[in-house]
Amino acid sequence: MRFKTLLLVTALAGLAAGAAQAQVSVKIGVLNDRSGLYSDLTGEGSVVAAKMAVEDFKAAEKGIKVDIISADHQNKPDVGSSIARQWYDQDGVDVIVDVPASSVGLAVAQVSREKSKVYLNSGSATSNLTGAQCSPFTVHWSYDTVALANGTGGALVKQGGDTWFFLTADYEFGHALERDTTAVIVKNGGKVIGSVKTPFPGTDFSSFLLQAQASKAKVIGLANAGGDTINSIKQAGEFGITQAGQTLAGLLVFINDVHALGLKTAQGLVLTSSFYWDLNDGTRAFSKRFGERAGGKMPSMVQAGVYASILHYLKAVEALKSKDSQQVMAKMKEMPTDDPLFGKGYIRADGRKIHDMYLFEVKKPEESKGAWDYYKLRATIPGDQAFRPLEGSPCPLVKS
Amino acid sequence: MSTILGVPLPALFGQLLLGLINGSFYAILSLGLAIIFGLLNIINFTHGALYMMGAFVAWMLLNYAGIGYWPALILSPLIVGAFGVIIERLFISRLYNLDHLYGLLLTFGLALIIQGLFRNQYGVSGLPYGIPAELQGAQNLGFMFMPNYRGWVVIASLVVCLATWFVIEKTKLGAYLRAATENPTLVGAFGINVPRLITLTYGFGVALAAFAGVLAAPVYSVNPNMGADLIIVVFAVVVIGGMGSILGSVITGFGLGLVEGLTKVFYPEASATVIFIVMVIVLLVKPAGLFGRAA
Repeated sequence: MRFKTLLLVTALAGLAAGAAQAQVSVKIGVLNDRSGLYSDLTGEGSVVAAKMAVEDFKAAEKGIKVDIISADHQNKPDVGSSIARQWYDQDGVDVIVDVPASSVGLAVAQVSREKSKVYLNSGSATSNLTGAQCSPFTVHWSYDTVALANGTGGALVKQGGDTWFFLTADYEFGHALERDTTAVIVKNGGKVIGSVKTPFPGTDFSSFLLQAQASKAKVIGLANAGGDTINSIKQAGEFGITQAGQTLAGLLVFINDVHALGLKTAQGLVLTSSFYWDLNDGTRAFSKRFGERAGGKMPSMVQAGVYASILHYLKAVEALKSKDSQQVMAKMKEMPTDDPLFGKGYIRADGRKIHDMYLFEVKKPEESKGAWDYYKLRATIPGDQAFRPLEGSPCPLVKS
Repeated sequence: MSTILGVPLPALFGQLLLGLINGSFYAILSLGLAIIFGLLNIINFTHGALYMMGAFVAWMLLNYAGIGYWPALILSPLIVGAFGVIIERLFISRLYNLDHLYGLLLTFGLALIIQGLFRNQYGVSGLPYGIPAELQGAQNLGFMFMPNYRGWVVIASLVVCLATWFVIEKTKLGAYLRAATENPTLVGAFGINVPRLITLTYGFGVALAAFAGVLAAPVYSVNPNMGADLIIVVFAVVVIGGMGSILGSVITGFGLGLVEGLTKVFYPEASATVIFIVMVIVLLVKPAGLFGRAA
């Protein structure tokens, strides 16, 4: 009897303490590639970005207790979705962030929808996340294949690169990127004369590059990412493909790739990104702090997206004093976004985050003033032109 | 212009040549595996990690010590080979009397540790390593643009493979090695230090992997996963050639490079799996491998 009373008192005391602080506690799961070819542009750096977001938001002072956990999905959809299930069902995770590799990104979107949990994707590229496979619980933050196609694809066609040959990574991401870029090329009066699907991940691309060379296309579009892109660019230089007059278009190039290639190999490459550390005071300040915690590396646009999306999520939780997924999603779409990394923007009904995209050119070695000084800005693409227009969207959420 | 299945002949030659180049890497790596398996009965899963170390040591020599490609081609295999000797003495030598499975587990674990350490230190994006000045540029062969460096890879690989085969099959040292595999006790009774022979053999097999790593550094990205991506294919090559068969692994290495090259032309989607399809067929028809002796 006495024991029971003691228990009851303890329980009540616990309740009272909770009520006094009016705390909302949220658990954020950073799910990404921590060991494979995308682990430099996502990986531990995304966890660092997530922690910085929580600290900068001063969540604890605002009565929000935040826990961050992370896991490696190994770029495998089955691994990713089973971790997501376990997180939602057993570990009390409220929101999953990052999730690179489009195949995994879509799989986790399905699980999040099934479990009615907020899903902030900044790692995947496929525009299907906010297209045919859109979900009321998905926010797609940093970039997508449509924006990449509009940026790099559009710019090159306008410069006269009107015939294309694709090297396409043979999975969801590559297919989506090839499809969306083809649409932009055709719209601008160009034409695609061939493509080859390369096994993912690959090491030797010379064979495919020679096929591209034989096609006599003016532009060789690399619909791949990470290590695949690095090897393709390296080997294209080796086989004299760019010297012979064909242009190489890296449709998705991250700053980590440029770092790995070195400016001597990467110079002149045109690429599209939503983030660069040396864009303005806000990005510089963030990147400097990030670098101090990530061994001197500069953040990728994916890691920047993790930071900004968590910031926006916490703002919504703070405003609502609740972490109810439906309400948080409604709030996140209702509030305009504003953060030092992506500036002002908003989230559309289909879950697409809208902000400006930038067309960069990789500097020549002699133009670079120091470590990580890699890009010069060629054009700013306003957010409302960079992404897929809502009219004619295949996403069912848009019509309602 | 004559064509085969819609592919112009010159283009086909180009692709075959590329297949041969990739085959060179398969050949050197599977040769090292075959020697280690043949003489030590160890399925060396660290081979991929040691190949990666070979490339990294070349990069380190250049960036920390200013030592270029040519010295690295000798130094890196020596350094990594010495590392292999330490591994053999410390760990593998304790497993010779146990089932194959223990050696496999041990070497697999070591591979994960080595890769993990490099990943922590250098990340996965890879490090740049240039082609040596002497081998820059390319030859126009008429049907393709052949980088000098790739030509060098094929030649270096052929020379190393043939030299290894010659040493093992045709010299006295090789005879000792083969004898020690057959009957270590008897060979020991003749006054030959068998454990040392075995240690050095492992070191040599490892040095071959590192040599392939240095050859690969200028053309593939130098990154911690480069070995893991390759090792499974190389194991398939060894199985197809016949576990432990030295000439078999070399011929199969080049041959499968060609098969893969052709697949990349006719059905690129399957180029990552074609080697395993061949493996299945070979195992069904000839379980000991193409050049293996039935156990």
